[in-house]
Amino acid sequence: MKQLLTLKINDEKHEFWVSIHKTLLEVLREDLHLTGTKHGCELGECGACTVLINGEPILSCLILPIEVQGKEIMTIEGLAHSEKHGTDCKPHPLQTAFAQQGASQCGYCSPGMLMTAKALLDKYSNPDRERIREAISGNICRCTGYAKIIEAVEQAAKSNTKLPQHT
Amino acid sequence: MLRLPPFEYYTPQNITEAVSLKARFGEDAMYSAGGTDLYPNMKRKQCTPNTLIGLNELKELSLINIDDDGISLGSGISLNEVANHPEIQKLYPALSKAASLVSAPQLRNMGTIGGNLCLDTRCTYYNQTYPWRKALGFCLKKDGDICWVARSSPVCLAISSSDCAPVAVALNAEFHLTGENGQRITAAEEFYLNDGISFLNKTHDELLVSIRIPSHEGWLMGYKKLRRRDSIDFPVLSVATALHLDKAGVCKNARIVLGAVASCPQRALQAETLLKGEKPNAELIETSAIAAAKLAKPMDNTDMTLGYRKKMAANFVKEAINEALGQ
Amino acid sequence: MSKNSKFDWIGKSWTQVGGLAKAKGETVYADDLFLPRMLYAKMLGSPHAHALIKNIDVSRALEMPGVIAAITGKDLPIPYGILPVTQDETALCVDKVRMVGDPVAAVAAIDEETAEAALEEIEVEYEPLPSIISIEDALAEEKVQIHQYAAQGNVHKKVSLEFGDTESGFSKADHIRQELFYYEGSTHLPLEQHAAVAQMGANNRLTLWSSTQTPHYVHRTLSKVLEMPASQIRVIATPVGGGFGGKTDPFQHEIVACKLAMLTGRPVKLTLTREEVFYTHRGRHPVLMWVKAGIKSDGLITALHFRNFLDGGAYGSYGVASTFYTGALQTVTYPIGNYKFEAMRVFTNKAPCGPKRGHGTPQPRFAMEVLLDKFAEDLGVDPAELRLRHLVPGNSRTVNHLTVTTNGLGECIRKAAQVSEFNKKRRKSPQGKGVGLACSAYLSGAGLPIYWNKMPHSGVQIKIDRGGGVTVFCGSVDIGQGSDSILAGIVAEELGIHIQNIIIVTADTDLTPVDLGSYSSRVTLMTGNAAIAAVKPLREQILSAASDVLKIEVEDLTIKNEKILLKNGSRELAAFVEAVQWAESKFGTLGSVGSYTPPRHGGDYKGAGVGPSPNYSYSACVAEVNCDSESGYYSVEKIWIAHDIGQAINEKLVIGQVEGSVYMGLGEAMMEEQVYRPGKSDIGGLHKNPSMLDYKSPTSLDMPEIETILVETNDPEGPYGAKEAGQGPLLPVMPAIANAIYNAVGVRVDEVPITPDKIYKGLQNIKSEKKQKNWLPGRIGPTTFPNVEFPEPIHVDPPC
Repeated sequence: MKQLLTLKINDEKHEFWVSIHKTLLEVLREDLHLTGTKHGCELGECGACTVLINGEPILSCLILPIEVQGKEIMTIEGLAHSEKHGTDCKPHPLQTAFAQQGASQCGYCSPGMLMTAKALLDKYSNPDRERIREAISGNICRCTGYAKIIEAVEQAAKSNTKLPQHT
Repeated sequence: MLRLPPFEYYTPQNITEAVSLKARFGEDAMYSAGGTDLYPNMKRKQCTPNTLIGLNELKELSLINIDDDGISLGSGISLNEVANHPEIQKLYPALSKAASLVSAPQLRNMGTIGGNLCLDTRCTYYNQTYPWRKALGFCLKKDGDICWVARSSPVCLAISSSDCAPVAVALNAEFHLTGENGQRITAAEEFYLNDGISFLNKTHDELLVSIRIPSHEGWLMGYKKLRRRDSIDFPVLSVATALHLDKAGVCKNARIVLGAVASCPQRALQAETLLKGEKPNAELIETSAIAAAKLAKPMDNTDMTLGYRKKMAANFVKEAINEALGQ
Repeated sequence: MSKNSKFDWIGKSWTQVGGLAKAKGETVYADDLFLPRMLYAKMLGSPHAHALIKNIDVSRALEMPGVIAAITGKDLPIPYGILPVTQDETALCVDKVRMVGDPVAAVAAIDEETAEAALEEIEVEYEPLPSIISIEDALAEEKVQIHQYAAQGNVHKKVSLEFGDTESGFSKADHIRQELFYYEGSTHLPLEQHAAVAQMGANNRLTLWSSTQTPHYVHRTLSKVLEMPASQIRVIATPVGGGFGGKTDPFQHEIVACKLAMLTGRPVKLTLTREEVFYTHRGRHPVLMWVKAGIKSDGLITALHFRNFLDGGAYGSYGVASTFYTGALQTVTYPIGNYKFEAMRVFTNKAPCGPKRGHGTPQPRFAMEVLLDKFAEDLGVDPAELRLRHLVPGNSRTVNHLTVTTNGLGECIRKAAQVSEFNKKRRKSPQGKGVGLACSAYLSGAGLPIYWNKMPHSGVQIKIDRGGGVTVFCGSVDIGQGSDSILAGIVAEELGIHIQNIIIVTADTDLTPVDLGSYSSRVTLMTGNAAIAAVKPLREQILSAASDVLKIEVEDLTIKNEKILLKNGSRELAAFVEAVQWAESKFGTLGSVGSYTPPRHGGDYKGAGVGPSPNYSYSACVAEVNCDSESGYYSVEKIWIAHDIGQAINEKLVIGQVEGSVYMGLGEAMMEEQVYRPGKSDIGGLHKNPSMLDYKSPTSLDMPEIETILVETNDPEGPYGAKEAGQGPLLPVMPAIANAIYNAVGVRVDEVPITPDKIYKGLQNIKSEKKQKNWLPGRIGPTTFPNVEFPEPIHVDPPC
């Protein structure tokens, strides 16, 4: 059963026909070629496919497009543009921090990890380590031992406080 | 990529519509709320409903109502909302703790309290992909005729793995159901059955609408969960406790419930009796814990060895009582 | 680090090449590729652990709308395997399946859903055979063979070597211990599931994009199996979303995607499911070990007799090398006077084991480091002190003929012990709290290639554009370890330019010179040396041309910050780009190549090929645990790890490698298990936990804080003195935790993983009246060892 759906992804409206049983993950990657969102298990066990729905991190492998119609969907492709600070192509402070700290090794968990971290920083501008650990506890990373990821989130939090919307 | 099998999807706008859709499509249809339990099961073809009835538009399911007599929680409230709600944290700390320990943050944003209370029973022979189960030759719970956990068992031994269910039983919660034949209220304890296949005492069309927990003013409560990792994992043993002590410290009432050791939460009546009318000291807690642990008859069908899960039952009951007592 | 101020880049921490692209989600992994008219392929796995294939019928699948092609083992009958001596795999099973999930057929369809549905329509007739699931089964079963080429029954490989005179070594010992240890299997669990896309071009050239650590070996295998000249095949390794050794073999899905692309004339994508990744495996061998060691009262190891059985799974993979690796590096870690090493690798009907981070060495390291902890207790000596007394000297040869150039282990032990306050905590920790120490050594790249040849192990090619852009071509693969950053850092250092002006082109057999791949911790040392060799002549050309134009002696000129400068002054004489144009005017197009072949040292006995390396890294680790003495439940509170890196090329990336190694070691120590249901028939051989939920990888809440200390030994063989960092630091983590548990609650767990239920058993055992026969109270681990005869060892005299 195909249905015409309209999704708002990264502030852009996408209208398309889609089989109703395709997950948001499949639609993002295969229909819209937003391949920044990754998949590692498709069963909700690894966090690689995390995207934001109305600002909350959710697993795109376990949600249907029809369930998120009318909601704000943000993927890694929209993260750089998500805050009005300077030019559009400027990376989000989290992205800069991930690169600088070496928080991405193979990089495969990074998109999901970054979306989770973005939601955290939107809620808590200066989270402590325990809160960061708790927030990313659904995102498996096999490379870093999470150490550099936690440091990157801390760095981004610090640089974030300098931004106008947080002062 | 693991994918969902095809289905039709309906988005009813109210409970009546949802229930009548369910009644119309029968057992081939399933309700879908957070999807965090249902969709993985569907991807593994543990269930292949022709029709899904999405519950996300039902505003009634997301109501929270707190009054002097207790709290009513819509079944569609997310687990994170239950975990982080300041009033629930204050009034029912065991419930918010149990909800906060379900899986991982993203999943708690999606998964609902109702979904967790109706969580499908789990088993290492069942929660596997279709090719895996085919290699096994399938099992009693789905597509097969043998229970691989105990081959002589006439019933399915899949495990109740909900974090919130033992707490709901310990807090004497009432479940409000709506079905084709109207509304019904059932005690949480009556809602669960010790059968891995028919583990919920409800008809297929009945929808869990809300959970009513009576006021527990003056009660103390705790929740302990055993698992290998500190996130993502289901409980392989859990204990919920609720104790009512008078001013002198004498236990007026006690409810102790074990989770993840059978196909439904197990209430430890003997331990409760031991505690009632006494001041809980270390010795009594120990005795009660040992009595409660006798109920734990775990099978070898989840993580960690069954011997260890059995041995840990007494420890966990003790710790959950101590947690309630603030010790 | 002030001593490195002579460098602009080396030893500093700069942003990983490609790091920002990863953080922006722009990095294109294999499964992210979508080509026009692309088909999707799926493979049908065997439901049996061991069975003969009587018949396969794909006709019903082919009739399905949307199904374009279907193939079976008959279409790809040529065997292959990573090692020349074990060509025992086929892309699709031809006449026999050897494990659950072994692929027997494949389809290509217009979408993945259709392909998956088509698998259900393939009819396969099997004749089940008894399955062999354990080491003991494999040793006992002589008649039913998993592979007919096995050395004997189901014993794949037997090794028996003796260096020096072990008996006389034992006679000189003051203390002798005999112990049994077991190390459970574990898998790499890369977050990215293996994926491949193949395309047959109009010019009859085949291109494969694949998530592989070894494009060169895949290239060779495709040529063999597809019967095509290698010159018509292009292999491109896409960025690898996690390797750890799990993407180091040529794989079925790569060959199948190519074959289907050739048959259909359309691009074909084949991405494994998570469950298939567990079956593809090539992970840590389960190893059962028996150790007898003799030491002098001062701790010197006079003799070591190490015997083990490796559970290899269904295929050879790197297994022969893994087998030798369980023995080879013992002597590099500590001096051993006389050494006897015996090993057998057996075939079982389970997913094949192979190289996982640390390849063959974490298992013996675990045994030896726990054993040394026991010796330290026997002698009443501090465990750090015991290890410090006897270190392998620099510029020496071990009893098994391995050359150790530099050894920073002493400094590693001292620093790790000091910052962790190991001695104080060990003696005075309260019940339930404990610390443990362990050490390790690891190679910076194998001295010999997988297949015998005299060609370089790594090649680098550099071209410089008139605009000043520098492009570096190399066959190496960045699997997240930062190999692209190593190349860029070295070239930037030598040319005095900014890393941002360097373009890295890697892992493309059409474009880049061969590098053997990202395995055995070889890349920093080997591509690093090749890059230095390639860039030096270019630097000379640029300076020579600048010298001509500026009329200043070459010796007085240098390049720094993209400028030509006087060596002893900072006056800018010319911009780098200007000098590049002078050089192109003088010499023609600017390009160069450099290559690296490791020095040929090592013995000449059979088996001497495994173990030699240009240099060895060393690590010392202290773990602190908090263990509940009632339940055995524990947490690791902190890990301190000191690592002899020789010289860090990029300090932050090195620390990242160390932390990642600690993570993976911690997972193996605490929770990870690749295990199967036992039994000869019925459900024997079914993987117990083939999912990310059931296979336990530590989450952020399970990870302790890690404090990394880098020790620099400036090794003469490494680029700028560098050694490896990606594997060695994993090795001491498991025994450090085991030793810490003993310090905390008095329970010896002589096996991994160290789970709470095992500690609980040990605690009960200590309390119990009943004594364990032959074992100390509270000791948990294997209690029996198969009584199997090993062949007469090859005797090798120690080097003079």
